[in-house]
Amino acid sequence: MFQNLSQLVRYRALIQSLVARELKARYRGSILGFFWSFINPLLLLLIYSLVFSVVLPTARSDVRPYGLFLFCGLLPWTWFHSSLLESSNVLISGGTLIKKVLFPAEVLPIVTVLANMVHFLLGLPILGLFLIYYRHASISLVEALSFPLVILVQLLLTVGLALIVSALTVHFRDIKDLLGNLLTFLFFATPIIYRIQDMPESYRWALNLNPFTHLAVSYQEILFFEGPFGHWKWLVALFVAAAGLFLAGYFVFDRLRDSFAEEV
Amino acid sequence: MPAIEVDHVTKVYRRYARRRQFATLKSALLGGTLVRDLRSDEKFAAVRDVSFSVPAGCTLGVIGRNGSGKSTLLKLVAGITKPTEGQVRVDGRVSALIELGAGFHPEISGRENVFINGIMLGLAKRDVAKRFDAIVEFAEMQEFIDAPVKTYSSGMYMRLGFAVAIHVDPAVLLVDEVLAVGDEAFTHKCLDKFAEFRRRGKTILLVTHNLPLVERFCDEALWLDAGRARGTGDPRRVVDEYVTDVAKSEERHLAAEDARARQAVATMPASPPEPSPPQATAPEEAPPNMFQATEGRWGTREVEITDVALIGENGEPAHVFRSGERLEVRMKVRARQPTSDFVFGVGLFTAEAVLIYGTNTRFEDYEPQELSGEGEVRVLIDRLDLVEGSYKLDVAVHKVDGSAYDYHRLLYSFRVKSHTKDVGIYRPVHTWSFSPSVRFKPLPSPASGTGPAR
Repeated sequence: MFQNLSQLVRYRALIQSLVARELKARYRGSILGFFWSFINPLLLLLIYSLVFSVVLPTARSDVRPYGLFLFCGLLPWTWFHSSLLESSNVLISGGTLIKKVLFPAEVLPIVTVLANMVHFLLGLPILGLFLIYYRHASISLVEALSFPLVILVQLLLTVGLALIVSALTVHFRDIKDLLGNLLTFLFFATPIIYRIQDMPESYRWALNLNPFTHLAVSYQEILFFEGPFGHWKWLVALFVAAAGLFLAGYFVFDRLRDSFAEEV
Repeated sequence: MPAIEVDHVTKVYRRYARRRQFATLKSALLGGTLVRDLRSDEKFAAVRDVSFSVPAGCTLGVIGRNGSGKSTLLKLVAGITKPTEGQVRVDGRVSALIELGAGFHPEISGRENVFINGIMLGLAKRDVAKRFDAIVEFAEMQEFIDAPVKTYSSGMYMRLGFAVAIHVDPAVLLVDEVLAVGDEAFTHKCLDKFAEFRRRGKTILLVTHNLPLVERFCDEALWLDAGRARGTGDPRRVVDEYVTDVAKSEERHLAAEDARARQAVATMPASPPEPSPPQATAPEEAPPNMFQATEGRWGTREVEITDVALIGENGEPAHVFRSGERLEVRMKVRARQPTSDFVFGVGLFTAEAVLIYGTNTRFEDYEPQELSGEGEVRVLIDRLDLVEGSYKLDVAVHKVDGSAYDYHRLLYSFRVKSHTKDVGIYRPVHTWSFSPSVRFKPLPSPASGTGPAR
């Protein structure tokens, strides 16, 4: 397993060019092309802001500007969500590669996660513009330095889960459908449209069990809320857990690897 | 050290019972059968205990029928699947031409796809850049290289895939029946490229149904049959064994078909019991147009053809003949009552039921005198000078005025095999001769000449 893992470094050129291809191919043929990477999160933000400040205004009157708060959690969530959904299908749609070419299959889910990460990173400047517009830019040096760490933890966590999801979907095709619902549930079980404090104390433990809670709270504390980054202990714990999950995910993937060429 | 070494390799594919195919994660979790469902119920060995080694610089041709495990073997050598038992060792970089253009993304340009495909096949980006022009030129794609791959024709797609794979510069090249990708000119180019590979001491493993190519091009051949190696060694010999075996199984197949036809004949309505009145209607009417060929049997059966056998060169019943061999038709006949009004006839048809030749005893001036009880009629065709193909046979016995006693239309079929790829139906015995100013290269083997097959 560790031998295969170290091989992964050798494939970085392949991963790089596949990510580039993924990004190029995604908007090829559309008029706005690459701008969709910016427009998509903007539209998403618009919808959620509309719903929660016009349709259901009473729910969130104490967090201002609510749209900005929402965006801090929504942008990373989109990365997480689409990475997992796409990776559930990635081995099956890349079947010819696995069946007909000597091809390291783990590259496929990793490319999916990385391509979505690029979309996430492209959304950050928009978030930055809003932060400046609302003069919300109270980000301390410590916070700025820990920001890449949050991204790294999310990357590890997402890749680990993507490996498991993609490998298991080969054997159980219905994971694809199950996953969509599971992710919707997880979205509402994560403090993205509400603050973690809004959850009644007695249910807070459940939120803490959700790994994405700590990512969302970290993003919100760094980017949105005033004051020091108080959630860092949770983040470090999650870092360790995510690293473990990544190894576990790779282990599962590696064990099932030989079955892919036959089952896809 | 051999470039490819396959040591007692067995590959077992798992086949799952129907239950497994509809199994879902939910049911697996609820029923607690997750682990069991991941196991297989049934096993199928695609490759069984195959061993061979290919020395560096050698070309091995793998032949065998569909489903004999050729492609699985290739995938094993390529490392795409792992052997269930045994070991595969390959020395040097492998490029597998199994599916051309696998991994091309339809939306992006040919140029970008060449780069990504090259990297997938193990090249560094700068290596691809170095070979890019050669690849494009080989694929004859200069004009379209910047168009998205989805706009390519299937031939263009394959050519580009082939060009990339072959420019990876592997030490071992695995080729799976991909020579049929382009037009004639491109196929020649591919063969030239293979020849160049050979000259440069590369090892090639070639899976193909093109037997002349194996004979001409390979140093050794491997014949796989139902996953087992049936023969290895000199390509000419292995191909010959294989062809003989295919002929045998065709023979079996035709024999089975024949048996079915006979069965059908036997169950056709029998002749009317009273043999005397000559105007008795036949149990099955003759077709209104005798030249419109439909299979069947009709006649009064006052004289009956009870058995028909095709006898080959060695005096045994056969269904597959080589072009130019002898063929004897033997029919057993039985007359219910002695008669002096009878004509025997035979007709040869192509598979499309075009009459090739028909004759009968009357045409050839045999005057009937008496037929009584049981007897046998033989027609010997000294030389069956037909080109390769399937043929059908009519046999009949009827009155001089043409009304049938027993007419078997197209009920018997046989196959003619030939080494020569000539076309048409009839092959006249012929020879070529040339004046001294017309010269040909000496033939590698007399067998592939024009004349009759060996």
